[in-house]
Amino acid sequence: METKNIMIVGVGGQGSLLASKLLGHLLMEQGHDVKVSEVHGMSQRGGSVVTYVRYGDKVNSPVIDKGEADYIVSFELLEAARWLSYLKPDGQIVTSTQQIDPMPVITGAARYPENLVEKMRAAGAKVDALDCLKLAEEAGSSKAVNIVLMGRLSHYFDLPDEAWQKSLEAMVPPKFLELNKKAFQLGKKA
Amino acid sequence: MRELMLGNAAVARGLYEAGCAVISSYPGTPSTEITEEAAKYDEIYCEWAPNEKVAMETAFGACLAGKRSFCAMKHVGLNVAADPLFTMAYTGVNAGMVIGVADDPGMHSSQNEQDSRHYARAAKVPMLEPSDSAEALEFAKLAYELSEEFDTPVLLKMCTRIAHSQSIVRTSERVERDGKPYEKNIAKYVMMPANAIRRHPFVEERTQKLQRWAETAPINRVEEGRDHKLGIITSSTSYQYVKEVCGDTYPVLKLGMAWPLPDQKLIDFAKSVEELVVVEELDPIISDYCAALGLKPSGEYDFPRLGEFSQNLVADRLTHTFPMGRALEDEIPNRPPVMCAGCPHRGLFYTLSKNKCTVLGDIGCYTLGAVAPLSAMDMTLCMGGSISAIHGFNKAGGAETEGKTVAVIGDSTFMHSGMTGLANIAYNRSNSTVIILDNSITGMTGHQQNPTTGYNIKGDPAGKIDLESLCKAMGFNRVRVVDPYDLKACDTVLKEELAAAEPSVIISRRPCALLKYVKHSAPLTVDTGKCVGCKSCMKIGCPAISMKEGKARVDATLCVGCGVCQQLCAVKAFASTKKEG
Repeated sequence: METKNIMIVGVGGQGSLLASKLLGHLLMEQGHDVKVSEVHGMSQRGGSVVTYVRYGDKVNSPVIDKGEADYIVSFELLEAARWLSYLKPDGQIVTSTQQIDPMPVITGAARYPENLVEKMRAAGAKVDALDCLKLAEEAGSSKAVNIVLMGRLSHYFDLPDEAWQKSLEAMVPPKFLELNKKAFQLGKKA
Repeated sequence: MRELMLGNAAVARGLYEAGCAVISSYPGTPSTEITEEAAKYDEIYCEWAPNEKVAMETAFGACLAGKRSFCAMKHVGLNVAADPLFTMAYTGVNAGMVIGVADDPGMHSSQNEQDSRHYARAAKVPMLEPSDSAEALEFAKLAYELSEEFDTPVLLKMCTRIAHSQSIVRTSERVERDGKPYEKNIAKYVMMPANAIRRHPFVEERTQKLQRWAETAPINRVEEGRDHKLGIITSSTSYQYVKEVCGDTYPVLKLGMAWPLPDQKLIDFAKSVEELVVVEELDPIISDYCAALGLKPSGEYDFPRLGEFSQNLVADRLTHTFPMGRALEDEIPNRPPVMCAGCPHRGLFYTLSKNKCTVLGDIGCYTLGAVAPLSAMDMTLCMGGSISAIHGFNKAGGAETEGKTVAVIGDSTFMHSGMTGLANIAYNRSNSTVIILDNSITGMTGHQQNPTTGYNIKGDPAGKIDLESLCKAMGFNRVRVVDPYDLKACDTVLKEELAAAEPSVIISRRPCALLKYVKHSAPLTVDTGKCVGCKSCMKIGCPAISMKEGKARVDATLCVGCGVCQQLCAVKAFASTKKEG
């Protein structure tokens, strides 16, 4: 099969690492070749962060380039818009509606654009937007946004629920497993 | 076992399987996880050294004593360790020794974009260059074989996209090594002129032998293509981009060994194709080498010499196609990295900004003090550079600069190479004010212990260097400690030490707000009835504070209740959300 591309974007510290680990495990278990590329270091300090997940028969490049992403999974609305040019013409955005002001907005040097979901749709992107923070808190922790998003993403994959559950069990510490399973289901059913 | 593994973890696995026994490193993005992952194997002794030179010399000592050893560093760390490297090339090794070096094309977390391959050529040591995690694991093992067979340290070159990408590896068991007995050999290991002169011919011969090895080594392989109109020589991530774009259209010479390069193999490959293209990130090392062999690599494709490559860039240059994505008309505001909410550096940098200090900075999270609105930094060069530079600055500037200039340096960076600069101030007496930002950890690279924290790489108790005693022992009479959350105290101490007629050290001490053991206060909230919208609290650049409808607002999910903003508010609009009683 042709290589498929998933981008996970957000703000440093939002928990994209667990999401990419989960996807990596899931896709490897399905027998795919997988590459997951992440960013460490300075940009993690509240900056814009991106993780690339690629899978297929043989994956070469560790990164996803403009116009290539089948899915953009976003923890934050502005970040979804920032990486929009990476989406394939028929690609799907799955985004949390959470908004976090970046420093230029905080200092008043820039404005946070309004109605981003509508604007991305008007630009021709398929956008699935939901309040993941609320669902995560409902599951028991605001930190579970990552797994709520994964639950939502699972809609678009032709994979049995057990496969996702198995990867959750493999990647989440036992202490937090129930909470994350609940978060996954809330995202999935939303 | 088949596993999805980070490139750096794969190097650690390779070291483990190869029977490596001693690792000494200094953290640096993107190399840090090699040593962190290796420390999870009980069979390997691992440590954080104060700097890369110490790490490399420690690893050298271990190989001399007969155990396979390793040290890791980022590209700029190899500059620090270059001194032992160039002479270890002469002594060679006893048991195998491998040096991991990780470049950062695109400067995701670095101050320059240097290409470490130059070091292999300059120091005359072999360098292997993996292109995914599986190769990272295999090349780490191969590096030891080469090291012992050819009596040389071996460089293992990573880069951000290999180090921080996970791909599938197959692991195997560790092979324990008995260790080679240490034998005294003055002619080999004591590099004074008479001995070094005799070792140099060995070094040149060794390079020739390695070159012969490279001619037939499976890691330098030709992958056949259907169309010989073009032939591509490439390595590392560039190889992956080329394969992504071209598949098996054109023949590819994939080089797993960056130095020495196989002359005959390059010549034969060039002959087999109509036009030769070299695709390599950063400097034209392979390209220039081919040109020197008379192979005329095509200059037509114009690959950039700066930044990272990608599949789109390679596609654009080789096939003139460039996929276009859609974009919004709105301008998307940047989201630069910022000091975290509750970062202990913030209060100190606010004080420096308020006092209009000239700030000679250093390498660490606190380099973010240069970012608006604090903008409290004038220079950042390299590890330890702040302290040495303030000495020169004040020697040149005299009274004009002494009273308003400071050097700022983190605890780990101070241990790395700040101490020697401080010795210069103590010895040659400039009236300089040095601020050590002691947040009790190496922050930027993700919380590594250092000689001032009292813990080792495994988190066990270790030796602890006392900064106050150290500075006093160096001859500083004025050593002050201040809590950076206390703005008034910071301001007073700074003014006093700048005014003092002798050199001084201020230790700004509070642990990193992200450390697990740090207890946070309840988030603050703004009484919008009291807030007059004066924006005084916005001067500290806290990501938890923003202005909404003319009033300050605190994001309770980010705020850790440090109280720095509270001290700036003239109308006392900030209050704790902590419940009374």
